[in-house]
Amino acid sequence: MTAGTHPEPRILICGEDALVVEFGNGIDPVTNDRVYALAAAVEAAGNISVAELIPTYRSLMVHYDLELSSVEEMTGFLNDLITSSEPSTDDQNNSPRRIYELPVAYGGAHGEDLDDVAGHAGMMADEVISIHSGTDYRVYMLGFAPGFPYLGGMDERIATPRLASPRVRVPAGSVGIAETQTGVYPIASPGGWRLIGNTPVSLFDPSADPPVPFLPGSFIRFVPVSSEDAKRVAAQVSDGTYRVQMTEHEG
Amino acid sequence: MTVDALRVVSPGPLSTIQDLGRPGYQRFGVSVSGAADRYALRLGNLLVGNDERGAAIEVTIGGAEFEFTSPAIFAITGADLSPTLNGTSIALWETVSAAAGDRLSLMSPAGPDSGLRAYLSVSGGFDAPPVLGSRSTHIGARLGGIEGRVLEPDDGIPTGPVTNAVRPGRRVPQDLLPQYGGDIVARVVPGPQDDLFDSDATATFYNSAYTVSDKSDRVGSRLEGPQVPAIDGAHDIISDGVLSGAIQIPGDAQPIILLADRQTTGGYAKIGVIASVDLALVAQASPGATVRFERISAEDASALARDRIATLRDISFDGPASGTVQGNDLRREYDLQIDGSGYRVEITSGVDGGQTIARVNGVEYVVHVHPGE
Repeated sequence: MTAGTHPEPRILICGEDALVVEFGNGIDPVTNDRVYALAAAVEAAGNISVAELIPTYRSLMVHYDLELSSVEEMTGFLNDLITSSEPSTDDQNNSPRRIYELPVAYGGAHGEDLDDVAGHAGMMADEVISIHSGTDYRVYMLGFAPGFPYLGGMDERIATPRLASPRVRVPAGSVGIAETQTGVYPIASPGGWRLIGNTPVSLFDPSADPPVPFLPGSFIRFVPVSSEDAKRVAAQVSDGTYRVQMTEHEG
Repeated sequence: MTVDALRVVSPGPLSTIQDLGRPGYQRFGVSVSGAADRYALRLGNLLVGNDERGAAIEVTIGGAEFEFTSPAIFAITGADLSPTLNGTSIALWETVSAAAGDRLSLMSPAGPDSGLRAYLSVSGGFDAPPVLGSRSTHIGARLGGIEGRVLEPDDGIPTGPVTNAVRPGRRVPQDLLPQYGGDIVARVVPGPQDDLFDSDATATFYNSAYTVSDKSDRVGSRLEGPQVPAIDGAHDIISDGVLSGAIQIPGDAQPIILLADRQTTGGYAKIGVIASVDLALVAQASPGATVRFERISAEDASALARDRIATLRDISFDGPASGTVQGNDLRREYDLQIDGSGYRVEITSGVDGGQTIARVNGVEYVVHVHPGE
């Protein structure tokens, strides 16, 4: 990709005290990188008028304090940063990938639908596990529920439709597949995703700051573990001694 | 040690602890939550002498009864749910004194235009463990309030320390009282996806009356009326950030106005965002009420919001004046805020039994000390 091929970002008015910078109309890593690059630049600028940022797939919502700033001022502020914050347009994005490892116990009571997913894909359960855990998933954004990661990059060979009838209660930590998406339920909730495993790691802890183990814009790697290892991790999580493994890789 | 100040006798269909919510964590998927009618909550807190961010009980529709288990100064703001204390009607938007054992009831709306949600504020504010900086209850995420849930019979709720004592009979001035119900006109800042609607759909949206559906809740107010179709039926967008007052138009082409318990992101086109000064009226609209939309610029909506902040900051209540200085303060000069007015007080103690003089804003008064008070 060469300079100038990025679509021109648009600044959209969002009520009396927010603006949205939209970088395009697709879900892709390049667009998402631009969102997080701008978010980082806004934070680095230390503008006290900025109240809160909500980065999503392809846009950044910027809430501001209407007693300290105005639509016009904030538009100018963001325009300046957009120009200076654009990530490298080289073929290789040079910023390192932060990869967080989530241990997952696959199948059985941990993931009741693993065999259905394997059946749908026409492969063995072990193959589904190996494909699912063999990819690093980009955390495009967190939303829907506290700590819920919108992940991208699942291999379409294991894509499976949602359950026709959603479960009333999906346990926290459940790892599931819905169509071409994969995700983890941070808190117990109703849901229709096909459950293939469970992670003992807590994806949302309101007593921690930040309340989530990984930040949007980073990556998740699912690491298959045995039931016994999952139990051991669960014990460490509950006594507060577990730390999610994070490694940095060249982009 | 905290002592419960209030016992829930009956919570009605939906009573929760709410303050101004927990902003700052939306990027982690944590909803802001908080009072649906933030104006009524702020006024309630200010009336009883609290910081405007204090926690109150939001009572929806009625059916609620509470027992004071210790003496308190409280106020009911927001919807008129026919409040009574020990069976006797009490005024809204006014501080009231309760004794231990007194029973407060909020049973049913006084009329069709009474509003939907009442706020019970108490001096010192209701206490509950703050979660991510707020006591607000978010039922969906089970956060805040009491164990993240609606109030239940026999819940005991403590209050925080009273830092600014006020007297009963303190009233919100008449000209600051909101008018709930009737035909609501909500001013709308167009965007961020107003370009997904053509001129016919936009004209329909701004020229029609919409009826509040009974499927509305703290997440959103669902409206029914003439359809607002997106160009090529493109109502679904790539999920992006949403905010309070945003008007989503999903595939059925009927508006949904997002309220306090909204999610942080959403995948429906947003035709506009309601000015915050008008959102309280939407939050108080009962099913069957009508809402009309009128365009406003972001600048003008900001100006309205700033005016409201200034109004609340400079508010001076009607009724008896009162003020206290806490503790064993040995200072001889005080800056007191009493019912919104500033007083500079300098105390000069008499020598050898002489008079004690208080100079208030430059005027001298002789201070009579009543031992034991």
